[in-house]
Amino acid sequence: MARTTTTARRTGGFPYLLVLPAVLLFAAFVVAPGGYALLLSFQRRKVNGGLLGGGTHTVFAGLANYRDVLGDADLWSGVLRMLALGAVTVPATVVFALLFAVLLDLERTRLKRITRLTIFLPYAVPGVIASLMWGFLYLPATSPIGGDRVDFFGQVAVYFSVGNVAVWGAVGFNMIVIYTALRALPAELFESARLDGASEWQIIRRIKVPMVLPAVVMCTLFTVLAALQVFNEPNTLKPLSNAVSSTWVPLMKIYDDAFGNSDIYSAAATSVVLTAAALAVSFVTARLIQSRVQQEAA
Amino acid sequence: MSVIPRRRRGVAAVALLAAGLLATTAACGGGSSDRKSDASATGASKGKVTLTFWDWDPNIDKVVAKWNAGHPDIQVKLSNPAGGDQLVAKMITAHEAKNGPDVAKVEYQSLPALVSKGVVADITGYTKDTVTKYDAATLKSTVFQGKVYGVPQDVAPLMLFYRTDLFAKYGLSVPKTWDEFAAEARTVRSKAPASYLTNFDAADPGWFTGLAQQAGANWWSTSGDSWKVDIADAPTKKVAGYWQGLVGDGSIAKNPSFSPQWNKQMNDGTLLSWISGAWAPAQLGGIAPATKGKWAVAPLPAWTAGDPATGIWGGSATTVTTDSEHPAQAAEFASWLNTDDAAVTEQVKQINVYPAATSGRSLPVLQAAPAFFPNQPDFYAEVKKVAPAARSFPMWGPDVTVTFTGYTDGFSKALQSGGSFAGALDSMQSATVADMKKLGFTVG
Repeated sequence: MARTTTTARRTGGFPYLLVLPAVLLFAAFVVAPGGYALLLSFQRRKVNGGLLGGGTHTVFAGLANYRDVLGDADLWSGVLRMLALGAVTVPATVVFALLFAVLLDLERTRLKRITRLTIFLPYAVPGVIASLMWGFLYLPATSPIGGDRVDFFGQVAVYFSVGNVAVWGAVGFNMIVIYTALRALPAELFESARLDGASEWQIIRRIKVPMVLPAVVMCTLFTVLAALQVFNEPNTLKPLSNAVSSTWVPLMKIYDDAFGNSDIYSAAATSVVLTAAALAVSFVTARLIQSRVQQEAA
Repeated sequence: MSVIPRRRRGVAAVALLAAGLLATTAACGGGSSDRKSDASATGASKGKVTLTFWDWDPNIDKVVAKWNAGHPDIQVKLSNPAGGDQLVAKMITAHEAKNGPDVAKVEYQSLPALVSKGVVADITGYTKDTVTKYDAATLKSTVFQGKVYGVPQDVAPLMLFYRTDLFAKYGLSVPKTWDEFAAEARTVRSKAPASYLTNFDAADPGWFTGLAQQAGANWWSTSGDSWKVDIADAPTKKVAGYWQGLVGDGSIAKNPSFSPQWNKQMNDGTLLSWISGAWAPAQLGGIAPATKGKWAVAPLPAWTAGDPATGIWGGSATTVTTDSEHPAQAAEFASWLNTDDAAVTEQVKQINVYPAATSGRSLPVLQAAPAFFPNQPDFYAEVKKVAPAARSFPMWGPDVTVTFTGYTDGFSKALQSGGSFAGALDSMQSATVADMKKLGFTVG
């Protein structure tokens, strides 16, 4: 009895202590800047008058920034491009991650460790460096992969070229997640399946894939969120080609507004809109995952 | 078994996070105490001042070292956070955070924007003697409504840089007019199908602006407190139409400059010429190292034969920011950097500037060729011949970055999908005017 009370008392405050640093960091680096951005989004910069403005002051702008942002054709074409890019990157990332994980999990696969590392390695390379390296591979004058015959920055091809960089950067991480889930499956399952005469392909299709589905769904959520935040790849490829504009995807527009045109207020409004959209997407996806998990449990 | 490691992991995580927190607070504290100690040190030891200086010129540290050696009481600490437009963005951000540098290099076109945002200080009081060392045309870039906002560093007339060896090989003469330039662009394509006379650069607005200036464009002009914006004016449309023709029939390349692709083309002779500012020799060494001694400079082709007019691409001033606690010393350094003979000589040697100060233009160092142009000892003589006829806009707008982004996006799109250059100019005009009105400028 005494034992249980001490444990209860000991764990009483301890979990809160454990999460405290995370909460503090979250408050300092996510909530506070977010709140500041919300505040900025209702303001606007005005010059004081005279030819060169004579300095500036900020005024309350109400919803004017939001009205401008939502009515901005540039932003909407950026959103469409982001969706088109997501249509390339999300399925490709998840499918390749699942494929590689399943292949690595096969009994007969050789050189597992080195292959796993090779697939994971691009994730360790910063996105900017990866984009620069791919840029060299795409440009006709420097391309060893046929850039002089294929226009990697063509009207449609550019989505695949940008997506390619993003996919290689994300596949490794997602593969590890799915692979770990695969390794956690009990070996007896496969043994009995084999005894029942199931082929390797049948085991994959009927047992492995359904059982790691929660991991796959989680990877999809991660990838969708990454797709909403796409920035590094197109922004780094921009100086290399005429195909990528400064407002190519929403985050590039935010960056350009904030640091190019020094209109931090429009940028804040766009950020708030984008955050709301991202929250909505994660909420819907999370609900989907939940219902899927409940189905599995039932 | 499994409980203990998990708990240990928890503790480790807490420790890590705590360490992270400590590190961030320490970093913040370090930053602010640094500034404070700077200020108190200057207060305590009377007159000993440390200035921070933002500049992106390669080798500028050697010029700064000269100053530091001669001025123990005013030490200049150099840093290079970014170049060109990015430095402007950083200056604005730093100003918002009240920790901008004391002195910064600013390209002429960004100066009105920085003045209007209150980033750059009025140094009229400190530069009474300095301004006498410049001619009126040069001062127009840094003096607005009678107030001095920067000490001009260099002027950069737009010129034609060409490969002497390849021009000889294909039997080309240096084009005197744009008509000749167009004809030669086509000749190059027929004689060497893999090569181009030059490329149309949609990525850097500076050179196109210079071409428009040559043709007589006045994108911004002012009367009293009111602005007139005329980006799609007749001279600019003429320039745009000319280049659209050359791009349209494939006479010139259309990939952006300063990309790995372009560097290679400049290096391997795919591109035979470069329309650039007088600062080009300093850049070419990095862009096309294999072509040393193969380039020469000539005046920009003219619209009508014999017209000496040209535009400018770049050119900078040394400015003092409103954040500086030592504006007098900062202005003193800016003046020295750009008007002192020894300082200017060093700048010509190290960074190939063509000096903005009148006295600087007759320095003996300008008798020698830039290091990358050993074959052309009269390089600066050529520049000196063109410089007086280089015209800029009467005034740069207060939101040039919007205009420049409009150029990059509009012309890139036109090149990519075959759209019209004139349409790109129209959208630059409307975006610029809309932004100025939004900020509250009077646009007539």
